[in-house]
Amino acid sequence: MLSTHDLTAFYGDFQALFGIDLEVDAGEIVAIIGANGAGKSTLLKAITGLVPTHSEAVRFMGEAIGGRPAHRILSLGVAMVPEGRRLFPSLTVEENLQLGAYRKRAGPWTLERVYDLFPALREKRRMPSTALSGGQQQMAAIGRALMANPKLLICDEMSLGLAPIVIKSVYDVLPAVVAQGISLLIVEQDVGLAMRVSQRLYCLQEGRVALAGRSQALSREQVSVAYFGI
Amino acid sequence: MSFTVQRATLASRIGAAVAIPLLIALATLPWWGESSWMRTFVEFACLLTLAQMWNLLAGYGGVVSIGQQAFLGLGAYALFVLADHAGVNPFLCVPIAGVIAALIALPTSKVVFRLRGGYFAVGTWVVAEVYRLLIANASFLGGGSGKSLAAVRPFSKSVRESVTFWMALAAVVSAIGLTYLLLRARHGLALTAIRDSERAAASQGIDVDATKLWVYLASAGGSGVAGALYYLNTVRVSPDAAFNVGWTAYIIFIVVIGGIGTIEGPILGTLIFFLLRETLADYGSVYLIVLGAVAVLVMVRFPRGLWGYVQQRFDLRFFPVQRRVRLDAPAGDAPQ
Amino acid sequence: MSGWLDTIIQGVLLGGLYALFAMGLSLIFGVMRLVNIAHGDLIVLAAYLALVVVNATGLNPLAALAICVPAMFLIGYVLQRGLLNFTLGGDILPPLLVTFGLSIIIQNALLQGFSADPRALRLGGFETESFHLGAGIAVGYLPLLVLGVAIALAFALELLFARIPLGRAFRATSDDPEAAQLMGVNDRHVYGLAMGIALGIVAVAAVFYGIRTTFAPTDGPDRLLFAFEAVIIGGLGSFWGTLAGGIVLGVAQTVGFRLDPGWGVLTGHLAFLVVLLFRPTGLFPRTRG
Repeated sequence: MLSTHDLTAFYGDFQALFGIDLEVDAGEIVAIIGANGAGKSTLLKAITGLVPTHSEAVRFMGEAIGGRPAHRILSLGVAMVPEGRRLFPSLTVEENLQLGAYRKRAGPWTLERVYDLFPALREKRRMPSTALSGGQQQMAAIGRALMANPKLLICDEMSLGLAPIVIKSVYDVLPAVVAQGISLLIVEQDVGLAMRVSQRLYCLQEGRVALAGRSQALSREQVSVAYFGI
Repeated sequence: MSFTVQRATLASRIGAAVAIPLLIALATLPWWGESSWMRTFVEFACLLTLAQMWNLLAGYGGVVSIGQQAFLGLGAYALFVLADHAGVNPFLCVPIAGVIAALIALPTSKVVFRLRGGYFAVGTWVVAEVYRLLIANASFLGGGSGKSLAAVRPFSKSVRESVTFWMALAAVVSAIGLTYLLLRARHGLALTAIRDSERAAASQGIDVDATKLWVYLASAGGSGVAGALYYLNTVRVSPDAAFNVGWTAYIIFIVVIGGIGTIEGPILGTLIFFLLRETLADYGSVYLIVLGAVAVLVMVRFPRGLWGYVQQRFDLRFFPVQRRVRLDAPAGDAPQ
Repeated sequence: MSGWLDTIIQGVLLGGLYALFAMGLSLIFGVMRLVNIAHGDLIVLAAYLALVVVNATGLNPLAALAICVPAMFLIGYVLQRGLLNFTLGGDILPPLLVTFGLSIIIQNALLQGFSADPRALRLGGFETESFHLGAGIAVGYLPLLVLGVAIALAFALELLFARIPLGRAFRATSDDPEAAQLMGVNDRHVYGLAMGIALGIVAVAAVFYGIRTTFAPTDGPDRLLFAFEAVIIGGLGSFWGTLAGGIVLGVAQTVGFRLDPGWGVLTGHLAFLVVLLFRPTGLFPRTRG
């Protein structure tokens, strides 16, 4: 479904990614882990079109999409739940969700469906998005991305700033999402959580893939070595 | 590891060697030059002074004002009022006009600094309009049609022109010199820091608001001096002329095209402005269209202006305000 | 007493015109926080455009709007996507300078093309007709129409922003352009649409302006200042606020003019400064998040 080939990315003269190869197949949950500065955010920005890269470096559903503008990539079926939620403060909860459907992609996800998944949002639909708690904002951000009816959902650091019990309730929702036929690419700070939730994972270190494999098959030690680069 | 902090560059040394004889030659102009040359030079010097003041404010202080014509006009009218109504020697009025402009800038700042960014810019313009209208409504100041400077009549034309010329020369050299010295000093670093990031500068203990205020006052004072000199040169002033927003248009274009945030930039920009005006003089206001178009082009393609581009490409600095750390090569010394 | 009532009524009607000047500016502030120094000059440009259309087609000025509004919309879209989009992105200097440059270019190009003579758009007498409210107060039909259009426009713009997807896209892009892009909003295009709509409104304002008074190439800067003052007095983020701001400005000016003919514009500026000193966020600001 999604594959990157020798993906490189630069911020001006500074090279952030040095040839990343990764794959997400249909129906999979793939996790990306790595220390701060390892290149995780840059990788997601390159995939979603916020950072330029070579056209062939990113392929989605057979098409070379590298370097295309972000709004086009959304139209193709790649939606992101951004780090820090980034809900729009001028919009109500419902308007945030409606904006997710801006491109009117066909699919099963509607406002009602999203409210069924996140009942807490239904009560607060007309409130400004800033009135939500951290966990509710995360759910709204997921709902907003789902409204785009993506084929691939990218979740960036969802556990940031949330209490463990809230993190659990957020991640508990994911199986229902995958069951509808959406693949997941997750970036997570919490290594244990990433390994539990995903089928395969990649560990980035200083802009390179230091480790890749089936989450169940990797040992904690292998991961530590790759994570810290010792 | 020992090091020295280096200030001068080869270019600055050459520049100084060229500039000093040039200035001496200019200073003697009244004895060998024509009247019209002196008048044109005064215009040039005033515009350059104004440009340096705006550059200090915007390019170094990060404060973008499009209302500095307020202080130009206030300086001009201070001259006319003090000279004609209070009997002060008109030439002495010029520096006093600068002080008056700076004093009026103080309460002005209280109002305009309520706004930020682009809104602040337009706010300064509104304030300039207020000053213009207040003066235009004051009949004792000549009202809308302006007034002539009676106080210069006792002086002969050549005395008036020469003294005005020398004052203009002194003003522009001081403006450039003081800006240069300011930027070389500690305050210069503070200004550059504020321009780059106010929050970061404040966290380093720089009093951002006080520094911006001082720069605003200094810029107003310099503009007041330039305004007084310009209208001393023309001997006649009117509110529409002195407070015209066109001044700001010329100044901005000069600084942007020449190179904002550099001292050489406004000099280059003023030269280009005069060149354009003289060569396109026969085509009416076409030179303004060209000026505007060049400014737009430069802003979009060469945001650091022509001099900024040269500076970046060739590392040429006639007014070195940066500091370079040069490591002393420890030939044979043991590491410390 | 009726003298003062008349002054205030005329001020409110004048405020309708100022609100029209300001609506487009308010839209641009709201969507992309761009201070367009050339806004007033674009109003004057649109007035000359209307003049050209009227002379070429023989249509009356209001009918000419059918051509002028789409034309100005197109000019706005192209201007934004072709030039102004490249100045956006944090630093305030580039958009300020580029629009200042545009202002000078437009003024002098109009001077070269049309000379400095004042022009007018004519409605064949309607512009001076009025009805009487009693007590010697005459209300012009045209100024009343202008006020009505301003109210309708404020209503329409509020609706646009609040209800339809494009309005949500405007607000979202204004909040966080990058996140909006991730949701599929083409921010370059959205900015273009915003400027296009703003200049379409400018066309409407220009035609009424040209009918109500004469216009000349250098009239732009004053229109910009009035529009700007109306927006700031009213408060950022609200089109009803802009309408109110225009009316406050109009009343301030007519009151000042009544006190002394040389004071009209000055009183308006002073009212602006007073609001700035005591209520810097304006009279009816809409707080955003």
